[in-house]
Amino acid sequence: MPAKVITVTSGKGGVGKTTATANIAAALANMGDKVVCIDADIGLRNLDVVLGLENRIVYDLVDVVEGRCRLRQAMIRDKRLPELYLIPAAQTRDKSAVSPSDMVRLCDELRPEFDWIFIDSPAGIERGFRNAIAPADISVVITNPEVAAVRDADRIIGLIEAEEKGPPRLIINRIKPEMVKKGDMLSAEDVLELLAVELLGLIPEDGEVIISANRGVPVALDGKSRAAQAFRNIAHRLKGEKVPFLELEEQGGFFGQIGRFLRKGGG
Amino acid sequence: MARILDRLFSRQENSAYQAKERMKLVLVHDRTNLSGKALEDLKDELIEVISRHVEIDASAVRIEISQQGREQRLIADIPLRATTRRRIG
Ligand SMILES: Nc1ncnc2c1ncn2[C@@H]1O[C@H](COP(=O)(O)OP(=O)(O)OP(=O)(O)O)[C@@H](O)[C@H]1O
Ligand SMILES: [Mg+2]
Repeated sequence: MPAKVITVTSGKGGVGKTTATANIAAALANMGDKVVCIDADIGLRNLDVVLGLENRIVYDLVDVVEGRCRLRQAMIRDKRLPELYLIPAAQTRDKSAVSPSDMVRLCDELRPEFDWIFIDSPAGIERGFRNAIAPADISVVITNPEVAAVRDADRIIGLIEAEEKGPPRLIINRIKPEMVKKGDMLSAEDVLELLAVELLGLIPEDGEVIISANRGVPVALDGKSRAAQAFRNIAHRLKGEKVPFLELEEQGGFFGQIGRFLRKGGG
Repeated sequence: MARILDRLFSRQENSAYQAKERMKLVLVHDRTNLSGKALEDLKDELIEVISRHVEIDASAVRIEISQQGREQRLIADIPLRATTRRRIG
């Protein structure tokens, strides 16, 4: 089966696109799937450091597009996970060095050899986003339970639908259950009701995410933390398995509510 | 009972509740490109046009955007005035 192209995007910056891309991709590779990640954030590359592959870069995405190397030469293989590859972004160029049709062509070339192609989108709604979304089979929108992130997520969802790359699936990241409980943070249910799209995952705020980024080892690989579990659950859901959502709120009945909401909303 | 009222009341005060209520309005405006002011103008013009054809109760006209999933719908509720003249005659 040819690869599915998953574009991870958000609108607002800093909500967790790179973190989610690295962890979901690593989790799938750890299950034996063949995965390649493309860092589409040209000029602000980060996926290499989160994956711990920064010392092995020779060629990058722009080198491939401009014909300075073959595709193979720009693909860095992760030694810990032989089924995981990275095509890094160029650091000294800008987003206009690549076009949406370049991205479509690149993915078409990769498709036969992989199970999954992940594209880490830059923040914003301009060229970089358009490049990232052009080849997508599934678009994933990441948000935080905060007003600005939710508003920008809604904008991005509208654009994805307009480009006929929808319906997108939502990941809510950096949930703080104790704040939700006190009524000082939008709950997952609130965010879902506002954005009215299908839920893909709920990820708690978790210090382990930062520690694992420091080390360059995705938390989803070995972590026993709740964030690690949440990323692995997302990987299973992408593979079509039914996995219940993590109970992030101490109070009971949260799952049930989400389940009911989804059925009712038909999302 | 007092405790239930307390909790209901504090729910209106808590910041998550406020965030959600504010975002509901913001998102409708973002999605439709219709501001509160534009909606008021539209209502005034609607009243003017419809009044040319039929007598309406202008003060009771309601116009709002309803939502289902990610779809918006403009809903206008326009009460008609009963034609009293005929009855008198
Ligand atoms: N669940 C989490 N718990 C704790 N920290 C997190 C979590 N998710 C992300 N972070 C931290 O938030 C920061 C931003 O994350 P990340 O770089 O993945 O965001 P991004 O959306 O890719 O940003 P950009 O828009 O700049 O590309 C990082 O320092 C990351 O470690
Ligand atoms: Mg990033």
